[in-house]
Amino acid sequence: MSDHNYVPSSKLGKWFNDRLPLLTLSAHLREYPTPKNLNYWWTFGGILTFCLIAQIITGIVLGMHYVAHADLAFDSVEHIMRDVNYGWLIRYVHANGASMFFLAVYIHIFRSLYYGSYKSPREVIWIIGMIIYLLMMMTAFMGYVLPWGQMSFWGATVITNLFSAVPFIGESITNWLWGGYAVDNPTLTRFFSLHYLLPFLILGLVILHIWALHVPGNNNPVGIELKKPSKDTVPFHPYIVIKDLFALLLFLIVFAFFVFYSPNILGHSDNYIEANPMVTPAHIVPEWYLLPFYAILRSVPDKLLGVVAMFASIFILVILPWLDTSKVKSAVFRPLYKQFYWILLIDVILLGYMGAMPAEGTYLLIARVATAYYFIHFLIILPILGKKEKTLPIPLSITEPVLGSSAKTGSTKKEETYN
Amino acid sequence: MNNLIKSFIFMFLFIAFFTGKAFTEEKKKLLKTDWSFKGYFGKFDRASLQRGYHVYTEVCASCHSMKYLSYRNLAEEGGPEFSEEQAKAIAANFEVTDGPNEDGDMFTRTARLSDRFVNPYENDKQAMASNGGAYPPDMSVLVKARSGGADYIYSLLLGYENPPSDVILDEGVYYNKYMYGNMIRMPDPLSDDLIQYNDGIKATKEQMAKDVTAFLAWAAEPHLEARHKIGFKVIIYLIIITLLTYLSMKRLWSRIESKI
Repeated sequence: MSDHNYVPSSKLGKWFNDRLPLLTLSAHLREYPTPKNLNYWWTFGGILTFCLIAQIITGIVLGMHYVAHADLAFDSVEHIMRDVNYGWLIRYVHANGASMFFLAVYIHIFRSLYYGSYKSPREVIWIIGMIIYLLMMMTAFMGYVLPWGQMSFWGATVITNLFSAVPFIGESITNWLWGGYAVDNPTLTRFFSLHYLLPFLILGLVILHIWALHVPGNNNPVGIELKKPSKDTVPFHPYIVIKDLFALLLFLIVFAFFVFYSPNILGHSDNYIEANPMVTPAHIVPEWYLLPFYAILRSVPDKLLGVVAMFASIFILVILPWLDTSKVKSAVFRPLYKQFYWILLIDVILLGYMGAMPAEGTYLLIARVATAYYFIHFLIILPILGKKEKTLPIPLSITEPVLGSSAKTGSTKKEETYN
Repeated sequence: MNNLIKSFIFMFLFIAFFTGKAFTEEKKKLLKTDWSFKGYFGKFDRASLQRGYHVYTEVCASCHSMKYLSYRNLAEEGGPEFSEEQAKAIAANFEVTDGPNEDGDMFTRTARLSDRFVNPYENDKQAMASNGGAYPPDMSVLVKARSGGADYIYSLLLGYENPPSDVILDEGVYYNKYMYGNMIRMPDPLSDDLIQYNDGIKATKEQMAKDVTAFLAWAAEPHLEARHKIGFKVIIYLIIITLLTYLSMKRLWSRIESKI
């Protein structure tokens, strides 16, 4: 890193920095050389950081008014909605914030898949990211339980029951998770406790994620490693800061539309009915962001294997850097991979759709095909594709395609240089 | 910019896809009416909410509780906006149990603005026992608790018909074409001129259904007007600051020979 020899200008600054080099860190963050050809898909990292902080702040305020007790939770949420000053705003920001968080994280992940950001030397960034994603799903799931509505209760029942599929000790595990023999008050209180804890673990992992990113530096749409700093990079501040801010503001406009004009559209109406263990809702569906996994779970006829498939679908992403054998990162230079990428995206959206439908008839059949394809993509197509695919010539620097895209000379020059 | 536009179109489609599809259940097309509270500038119609309260208290309240509402809410901004005197007079029609007093005894007194709406039954069991085993749901958040929202409640109130010949109903069960499974234990609650409105509007069945549904929509979302008002300001503010940020960004990046 270029800025290790940073010297603060003030005497006090120097004194402090010699003891704790926070000023060096801040200088590093400002000067951090970033590829100048990053497109807007790269702004979602900043957006996600904002989402996490927003969720933590609104969550802390909600926690001041929420009561984690099976008899009082639903009432306390209504108290927040009606009598707490701007409680409705804080709760709607938090509830819709979760959806916006997942929307951003899916874009972030699929950006990484398209441009091969998970490949060497960035495997650790990717793995930390996947752990964050897993923790996000756990946090979101437990957060959805807290209002103690019908979907909260029955969602918790369905998901915790998954662990009963574990041979021999399954039942003991579920009882241990519940703190009893059914989802009840002890389950709610521990979910609240964990829902408060996990975001701070995520925050810690986000710091590691960014740290790991700052070692090799950003990948970029061309997918080649850059000399840093060089004419291909710009300092993070102010260039990337202002660009991230602009993208964040656009994202906030979308966010605000949900919060102010359709705050309940992403939730299920049944969650405004207080939890009742005696009445099962007609369809139990998780939040939209968990639907693809729910579809995978249900498409396997055996309960244990379904659970295994669901966890495998996430674990397979963790080992993705070693499944994708291609040395070329960006899909821009991988004509075949590019097509399979879009098929995978459609496959995942299709799985999400099937997750919302009843698991029967044609829906179930489509869900099974989509599940199979999901695994085929990662386990068969990617390893083979890396070896067989004929990739396009890769430029030596990003300056060339950047300039080349505005002037026609680029493409001819490319062939001269690389053939 | 091209990429950016694409990314936001993608985001919208993504959300639209899931929200549109995730909750579609098989149901009849709901009746539509012109709700004043829909849309970006939607507000409640005060007179309609006041009439709606009238319908609620004379028709629904004999079975349905509204436990999250207090009499003070009736005089609050953004609601039916009864005057404080009117709200006090409304509260004074009800008796609540209070106590214990200095002698340790419970006593009854007339309700005050700060009291919650009085529940028609002592407890859920009593409510079920009095209604043939069906529990009349609390109506405080009912509009948000039903897919279809206000349109669904409105349709349900007007959806009673004679059952088709192949449907045989048990005693105390009624046929409603909008109810899930078409069987409902609530008898048709409304009929023309069932009550008399104070403001001279004719109390037709449709009018009453509309007024009481509007009242329930307010009860479920009492800060809806504030939400719409603040939301408009927030979005205008965001648009302005986004434009300014965009211009600053353009200017900053013009130093660098790269398009953004």
